[in-house]
Amino acid sequence: MSALETAQQVLSWIFILSGSFFVIVGALGVLRFPDFWSRLHAASITDSAGVILLLIGMALQVGISLIAVKLIIIGVFLFITGPTSTHAVANAALVSGLRPKEAKGLTGATPEPHS
Amino acid sequence: MFIVAAIAIFIGMVLVLVRLFVGPTLYDRVLALNSFGTHTVLFIGVLGFLTGRPDFLDIALLYALINFIGTIAILKFFRYRAIGDIPRTPEKEVEQ
Repeated sequence: MSALETAQQVLSWIFILSGSFFVIVGALGVLRFPDFWSRLHAASITDSAGVILLLIGMALQVGISLIAVKLIIIGVFLFITGPTSTHAVANAALVSGLRPKEAKGLTGATPEPHS
Repeated sequence: MFIVAAIAIFIGMVLVLVRLFVGPTLYDRVLALNSFGTHTVLFIGVLGFLTGRPDFLDIALLYALINFIGTIAILKFFRYRAIGDIPRTPEKEVEQ
């Protein structure tokens, strides 16, 4: 194995492991955050960082081939539709009357009535 | 290495699924469903590499398409209470 292939493997490992880390962080945020509007941020971590890092890692694993083209297509599609669906969910929640809870200290006091 | 990514994505799927069943409002559930679909796309891709058959990426791309359409369809249904044509009620405007 030449030095270039070794560097490619190591770079692929780094991308895949950091992508796995961001996927777990995003899922943990979706589970543990207190509010819907803060859960949106945690879900977008998985949609942006986790997807991009994992797909780049997998594309480095196979090199230049048709599979890499498929990975790029999946990445571009998720890159467009992820923010679109997140915006649709947020817009629907805002129209339906859901409002963010104002943070009054860490324990979270009663939210003030909005509009 | 791919087994680490597969286990990580599986843990993420379980955590998001808990939020999908617990979620207090409807929009938490829709958000968790969308995130679960993204996790599933990644999981199918990693599983294809894990078993040495990267042709699974076609299925992952198809699942990404279905996930996006499904999220928009669910949101439209819960806003207008209809998936096809929106019923027009003359006395009460449905929108907003």
